Amino acid sequence: MGAGWRELLRPGDWAVVALGAALCIYAGMGLWTAGAPDGVIVRAGGKVFAEADLAAARRIEVPGPLGLTLIEIEPGRARVASDPGPRQYCVRQGWLDRAGAVAICAPNEVSLVLTGRGNDYDSLGY
Amino acid sequence: MTRSVIELIPTAEDSRIARHAAAAIALTLVEAVIPLPLPGVKPGLANIVTLIVLTRWGWREAVWVALLRVFAANLLLGQFLAPGFFLGLAGALASLGMLGAAQYLPSRWFGPVSHSILAAFAHIGAQLLVARWWLVPHDGVFYLAPVFAGAAVVFGLVNGLVAAALLRELRQQEAGEGEMRGKPALPTD
Repeated sequence: MGAGWRELLRPGDWAVVALGAALCIYAGMGLWTAGAPDGVIVRAGGKVFAEADLAAARRIEVPGPLGLTLIEIEPGRARVASDPGPRQYCVRQGWLDRAGAVAICAPNEVSLVLTGRGNDYDSLGY
Repeated sequence: MTRSVIELIPTAEDSRIARHAAAAIALTLVEAVIPLPLPGVKPGLANIVTLIVLTRWGWREAVWVALLRVFAANLLLGQFLAPGFFLGLAGALASLGMLGAAQYLPSRWFGPVSHSILAAFAHIGAQLLVARWWLVPHDGVFYLAPVFAGAAVVFGLVNGLVAAALLRELRQQEAGEGEMRGKPALPTD
């Protein structure tokens, strides 16, 4: 034993091993990159104000009862750059970079949500 | 009142199945002692017996051996009718189905290693589906699919190699003593 274990594998066996390994890697990539966001939804006063993808950098100005909330988007992430609200919670959350992450500027009635395949949680209630 | 005596005479096939099933049950019990990182990820050493029986004695006997093993080993481990039992049973049925198809692959190209890996994938596939449908009704279980798939490849490969090596050994043994005993040596001899 030990010697010649290679003979135990027939040509098709190698193919099956390779196929199995490929399936593993494919499943791993497909399922474990699901947390990556692919777009944002900006709401003002409960209504969708803007929807955008996260491919290119851009800024969105959202009017609310207190003034303008500035949303900043960069490839793969987004944040509330400035907000007229008194406590600045949504601004201090910083960059959001996972699908399902939410920043809410309640006083100005503006919210920012990252969308993506396989939202595994939302950052409010997981 | 006359006492009726029912005598069961086991055929050679019956004893062979019993012997193989006993070997498979022993392997399952040994394996239950090994600590496992994740429920569901285990080597499945008993499948080596199934693979050997499939190659030497055909699919029908492999089904007997595998199902006897699932029931008896779970009874012995106190897992009978527990969730783990149903997962194991679903996996066993799926992999037997897969073996039923895989045995028709041209044997020049595909050996026990192919059978083993294909059956392992059928096994984890069925287990994941049962777990998703019944135990964890949430798509979160599929998050573990890559881990299970990796285990299927690694353990499928190892079990297949062991089965192939044992089959080679048995063939050599038979060639050596075939003329002496006039019947094929049994894997559990």
